[in-house]
Amino acid sequence: MSVDGEIAPQALATVRLADEFAASGAGPVLKQLDDELIGLAPVKQRIHEIAALLLVDRVRSRFGLASQAPTLHMSFTGNPGTGKTTVAVRMAEILHKLGYVRRGHLIAVTRDDLVGQYIGHTAPKTKEVLKKAMGGVLFIDEAYYLYRQENERDYGQEAIEILLQVMENNRDDLVVILAGYADKMDRFFGSNPGFRSRVAHHIDFPDYTDADLIAIGERMLASLNYRLSESAREALAEYIPLRRAQPLFANARSLRNALDRARLRQANRLFVERDQELTLEAITTIDAEDIRRSRVFQRDSV
Amino acid sequence: MRVTQGCFSFLPDLTDDEILTQVQYCLDNGWALNIEFTDDPHPRNTYWEMWGLPMFDLRDAKAALMEFDACRKIYGDRYIRLSAFDSSPGWESVRISFIVNRPKNEDGFRLDRTGAHSRVQRYATRAYASDRPEGKRYA
Repeated sequence: MSVDGEIAPQALATVRLADEFAASGAGPVLKQLDDELIGLAPVKQRIHEIAALLLVDRVRSRFGLASQAPTLHMSFTGNPGTGKTTVAVRMAEILHKLGYVRRGHLIAVTRDDLVGQYIGHTAPKTKEVLKKAMGGVLFIDEAYYLYRQENERDYGQEAIEILLQVMENNRDDLVVILAGYADKMDRFFGSNPGFRSRVAHHIDFPDYTDADLIAIGERMLASLNYRLSESAREALAEYIPLRRAQPLFANARSLRNALDRARLRQANRLFVERDQELTLEAITTIDAEDIRRSRVFQRDSV
Repeated sequence: MRVTQGCFSFLPDLTDDEILTQVQYCLDNGWALNIEFTDDPHPRNTYWEMWGLPMFDLRDAKAALMEFDACRKIYGDRYIRLSAFDSSPGWESVRISFIVNRPKNEDGFRLDRTGAHSRVQRYATRAYASDRPEGKRYA
């Protein structure tokens, strides 16, 4: 039902998409997405395309043209820490503003929340989660764990079947976003062809470049009222490639952990010199030494 | 005879859209929802069978409607009611309860009179439906 349906369809000669866009209120959310999320160009591109499609569909329905709601189930693939969850939250907001989902909340679940422990436990559990997600977005993190190839009696299969059924029958009611690492998700889709065909948008999250990560780090610190000194920025620029070469590198998440530790060291450094008068500058600045004392640099020197 | 208990029972039957609106009103108030069914229409029959567990933490009415549809598919020949519970006082208390499905033919009630000691008359109402065994009352 349209809130501003004061104009009869036939009286409507032209429509300016810009007006429609402004009325939807999705503009600020999309702009926020562009401004606040660094890198991720292909992701932003795809989200803009989806937003454009939904907007055109809205206009089409005003003209009385057939506008079948598109299937918007998505899969987000990418390495750890590339912003899949963050984008999913934004996605829920954008879809809500564009009127595709009614409530715009996000329910994030993993295998544990869907799959039961004994026979007959899985279906109610999965349905419960699906009911909570109705009208919003269901985000299934590490979705490939739902399917265990080695155990054919695994209850995950049951959860998958219920999911597929609801994804098909309640397309207008909820959007399912599956997330996971690219290679494992490929295998998951390979063994569940039903999923592949019902998921219309496969979005790949690229790894961040070193420059992206520095920008992200500065933004993280700024939100906590910290800043990097000039030398600290250089240290961070050296730190990132070193850390990337080490195992278990998780992009922005690794960076956040590194900065958390730098804050610890900064606090400790200030505490050691506790007799001195502190300036605001000193409390808010992360210095090169806070970053260079990291294990990553030491291992390099040994 | 039309059974009138709960809200809206003197109105024409609610359509699915109207039910959806009512349920959304309940959810917007933060109430939990429960679906119950019975084939014993007696007004003193307060404990109806539960359809699954009560639904907490829903955001959208469509989820409750999904459960209602599933219940209606199996027990479409019986009374089904939706009730909403408010937990804000510290306990769950019913805020609204309304019948969303009823049998095609509601037979109504019979008044039974029995003579008791000295010439006392005792009265009882009995649903004609309850003459038949449970599960076959409105088939």
